[in-house]
Amino acid sequence: MDGREVTAGSGPAWGEGPPPETEEEAERQPRDLGPLVDELRAAVGAEHVFTHQHQLRTYESDGLLQYAVTPGAVVLPDSTAEVQAVVRACHRAGVPFVARGAGSGLSGGALPVEDGVLISLSRMRRILDVDLDNQRVVVEPGVTNIAVSQAVAPDHFYPPDPSSQIVCTIGGNVAENSGGAHCFKYGFTTNYVTGLELVLPDGELVRLGGKEVDPPGPDLLGAFVGSEGTLGVATRIWLRIVPKPETVRTLVAFFGSPVQAGEVVSEIVSSGIVPGAIEMMDNLSIRAAEGYTNAGYPTDAGAALVVELDGSEAECETRFEQVVSICEDAGADSIKVAQSEAEREVIWQARKAAFAAMGRIAPNYYVQDSVIPRTRLAEVLGRIDELAREYDLQVANVFHAGDGNLHPLVCYDGSNAGEAERAEECAGLIVKACVDAGGSITGEHGVGVDKKRYMPEMFSDADLGAFQRLRCAFDPKQRSNPGKVMPTPRLCGEVPGPYRRHPLEEAGVAERF
Amino acid sequence: MAGDLAAALPEADAPVRVRGAGTKLAWARGEPAAELSTEGLDEIVEHNVGDLTAVLEAGVPLARAQEKFAQEGQMLALDPPDRGATIGGVVATNDSGPLRSRYGGARDLVVGMRVALADGTVAKSGGKVIKNVAGYDLGKLFVGSFGTLGAILEVSVRLHPLPPDTASAVGRSEEPGALGRAALALSHAKLEQMGLDVRWEDGAGAILARFGGAAARPQAEAAQRLLREAGVETEIVEDDDALWQAQRDAQRSPAGLVVKVSALQTDLPELLGIARDRGATLAGRAGLGLHWLRLDDGDHAGLVEALRGRWTAAVLDRPAGLEVERDGTLDPGARLLADRVKERFDPEGRLI
Repeated sequence: MDGREVTAGSGPAWGEGPPPETEEEAERQPRDLGPLVDELRAAVGAEHVFTHQHQLRTYESDGLLQYAVTPGAVVLPDSTAEVQAVVRACHRAGVPFVARGAGSGLSGGALPVEDGVLISLSRMRRILDVDLDNQRVVVEPGVTNIAVSQAVAPDHFYPPDPSSQIVCTIGGNVAENSGGAHCFKYGFTTNYVTGLELVLPDGELVRLGGKEVDPPGPDLLGAFVGSEGTLGVATRIWLRIVPKPETVRTLVAFFGSPVQAGEVVSEIVSSGIVPGAIEMMDNLSIRAAEGYTNAGYPTDAGAALVVELDGSEAECETRFEQVVSICEDAGADSIKVAQSEAEREVIWQARKAAFAAMGRIAPNYYVQDSVIPRTRLAEVLGRIDELAREYDLQVANVFHAGDGNLHPLVCYDGSNAGEAERAEECAGLIVKACVDAGGSITGEHGVGVDKKRYMPEMFSDADLGAFQRLRCAFDPKQRSNPGKVMPTPRLCGEVPGPYRRHPLEEAGVAERF
Repeated sequence: MAGDLAAALPEADAPVRVRGAGTKLAWARGEPAAELSTEGLDEIVEHNVGDLTAVLEAGVPLARAQEKFAQEGQMLALDPPDRGATIGGVVATNDSGPLRSRYGGARDLVVGMRVALADGTVAKSGGKVIKNVAGYDLGKLFVGSFGTLGAILEVSVRLHPLPPDTASAVGRSEEPGALGRAALALSHAKLEQMGLDVRWEDGAGAILARFGGAAARPQAEAAQRLLREAGVETEIVEDDDALWQAQRDAQRSPAGLVVKVSALQTDLPELLGIARDRGATLAGRAGLGLHWLRLDDGDHAGLVEALRGRWTAAVLDRPAGLEVERDGTLDPGARLLADRVKERFDPEGRLI
């Protein structure tokens, strides 16, 4: 199977046992969810189970609209116990399920399984505990990212800040290990989750960690974060929060080219400065964003570099002066330093609008999320230019420059015959160029369905086999978000070796697989 | 060389123990029939100065890697006590030091890993870039696994700039309550500490806050003001290496007991009270609630029991004759899951 099997209306109808081995099996008749639907209604209340086509269509895609699959039923549980009841019912019926937060993901990670159950966690949005003394917050998975920072303001904040933070949920962030503009300094979701309550794919409830850090044993918590919904459903999440920095200083500097701006980034980082955020836009994205926001970016600039330092006043001031002189020495065409919070917001407006503004360049675009070692920037940008010319497409570049996370936007017009396919092929070669430079196929959006075809570029068969061992430990029947992450379906098989009866099994607490 | 170790794994007599420099053998559980050493895997494969990353074979002594990084003004922000330890051993045991407060532990610094599984399969996860969400984060699974899921062959790590200058603020008191208040004041302050530690020894305690960077001294002075307001005796120490070395040293006891406790910040006075009453030394990360209690001589079992009645407490260094579970009681669900993972990675249970 290649990576394109999941397109509108043709999702695999996976039933009992492992994913289908043959096309024939994948295309068999839809499953009758009838008896399961009754169980779901009993579990969460009839009004929280959707089965009508018009209701189901709402959930057919996440933030990546290229993919659409209609689920068999959508269920909205309101508590851990209800999630557990839903997952248990799916387990008994042999029906796959997909958990979904806000559906803002960009890799098709929350794409439903046809005739499967979609579990929307949108009703579970309670903030359960705000413990400022211990700098922890405990939330349900449907709480939005921004709500966490709001709950702990004004003295603390929650650092991971994906650009969708107003709508995206913590549950989704945990699944995707979300980053954001500030992760070069502050890290990712995985660095802030200290505890998880999980409903495993067989309905078992497990607690990993809590408010305390470093529980003994293998870091199962760390293995779960970023597993894209394939290991179970997080129903309660313990998060670490940190004091808000004393001060923030922001500037935008304009350069002749991204390569020149990239050298400035290297200069800043190698002088021991760790910016809170360091973001770059190329000329095409500047033009698009400027037409959209009027943030005052010169439209003839080759590159815009947004640098933000935060921290203690004393440290920040000294370092900020250093950054200004590095930009000057490198021959910046102009530098704009934010003198107020309002001016800072204007600087950020252009960067944050870049994706949305692409509509001014072309009706459609593919966004990639590849990462490169920062020192290879010039070489990779050269290769992207080459590919853009070869495929006769415009490619805009917006990226988190500190950590080398590129977001090349391959622009196309879907109404021109064959252009979407050309854009997709071009985007694929960009990903390959990044991996060849020692990078990754995805820095923050996740693999989902969209990038699983690229997994073999990065990982050998043996590597994928090791991933599968983890998957099988959590989900031997592979019913939690099947068809994501792994490039091709793999079987779990029985655990070989001597049968060892587990103490919990003896006590009747656990069932063996 | 890595291939040799991978090939030896399925051949060796079980149970097999993978070891590095052997600086933490007292933490091990069970007697191996065969030991496989990572000593031959001692190459610093890459130091990508401009990217602030490095690739190290498992047997590289951490101190040797740090020397190399320091030549470029960089560090791997992992500073556990023993200087002979290998990077593989540090990661496998999830050991850490005072830098844990600011930079996280091995789980936060390892960005990629190559391992050999019990059947000899060599597999990697992650990569060499600091931002990467492709595939499962198996590296984290191996952090703290004590080699029971496979042998770590190679790790990719992210590095940080070495601060040009450091200064520490120290607040001393004999009152656990005052020390607890002082620690909370600092952990909640808008200052950027590279370390926020606590110490208790011989009836007296201290809170230590370390700052590094272009303005280390002014930040230490700001911390000193907060400590004073919390009602403890304060001083600034500019030449502070020895102070922090002592914190690391207190995490080991050659012949006695060391227990690592995962607690909350607000539990600190209670923990200090236990250390005082039982004659133990305490060194810990005040802002993380992570503490090492050391008791060279005395009622070892009693200390373990007192701590386990209240917190998750792992026994590390262990005096001869003290029979206790290393990890204490885990959540039954977490235990079940850990067993399922073990069954998939090492189905025959060959690795200890």
